[in-house]
Amino acid sequence: MSGHIVSRRLYYGIFAALMMLTLLTVWVAYQDVHPRIWGVHIALNPVIALAIATTKALLVVLYFMHVRYSSKLTKVTVLAGVFWLGILLIMTMGDYVSREWIKLP
Amino acid sequence: MSHNPEAAGHPALQHHFDSLEQQHDATTLGMWLFLVQELMFFGGLFTVYLVYRVKYFAAFAAGSNTLDIGWGAINTAILIGSSLTMALAVHAAQTGRRKLLVLFLGFTMLLGAGFLSVKAVEYHEKFESHHVPGSAFQLDPHDKHFQGVDPSNVQLFFSLYFAMTGMHALHMVIGLGILGVLLVKSWKGRFTPEYNSPVELTGLYWHFVDIVWIYLFPLLYLVDRYHHY
Repeated sequence: MSGHIVSRRLYYGIFAALMMLTLLTVWVAYQDVHPRIWGVHIALNPVIALAIATTKALLVVLYFMHVRYSSKLTKVTVLAGVFWLGILLIMTMGDYVSREWIKLP
Repeated sequence: MSHNPEAAGHPALQHHFDSLEQQHDATTLGMWLFLVQELMFFGGLFTVYLVYRVKYFAAFAAGSNTLDIGWGAINTAILIGSSLTMALAVHAAQTGRRKLLVLFLGFTMLLGAGFLSVKAVEYHEKFESHHVPGSAFQLDPHDKHFQGVDPSNVQLFFSLYFAMTGMHALHMVIGLGILGVLLVKSWKGRFTPEYNSPVELTGLYWHFVDIVWIYLFPLLYLVDRYHHY
């Protein structure tokens, strides 16, 4: 047996959305998005770039890779992978970023 | 998807599975476990990148601005296009259209080769500008991007650029090899609506490699662009 059959129209729609998001991420990279919040300049460009990339990745995973139509076992496997990647990134950065908070002799 | 008694004698059914359906579920899970492992592999590279980007942000921004945003964006479009043709190939296999399947696998390979060609042009430019890490590495002191940054930290950026895009390109080359095998098998009519797991699973791999690039593009090409122009 084969997996779920996704309609071709949906594939074309996802493709168009991915292309638009690519144009958007290039355009927004040249904009100065540094709002002042409570007197502090916050650099939002990388946050926006990663949010767009994550939206694109979600579209690919859910529709091109059929995860939306897959079994719960597949969904749990994918989520577990992302969760462990999160542990790798967050705990490593938690260490490096906080090292200089306490000055050790 | 009910149990199909006619499929019991299907030539593609391995003896240790009860049905093609069970075989499909097992191989899909196996492929996903492999892809999760790949996620952790690339995750290591992304973590190194993140640590040094936070530490040497100015050098990373300078290095990033030497990359050609046009080539990067074109390659992103090419790869997204190849993901579309791959998805359409899976659709053709599932609906039993042999000629369309061969055609779309061919398109996917062409786009994949196009991506690698653009990458070759970009690497060539990096070799000519002495931006490849090693003994020949040199930064133009008059270049406005490199004012006030430590060249060794820019070299670190280029090391990560070549490691990450190189690993990604290697995955593309492997993908092209697998697609070549599928192309021959499709031509011979090995894939039918009942049995097409290899096409579907190769699709999963190809889309995964696409996702890696979707993150590499903003992280390598789009660092601090508005500041430098």
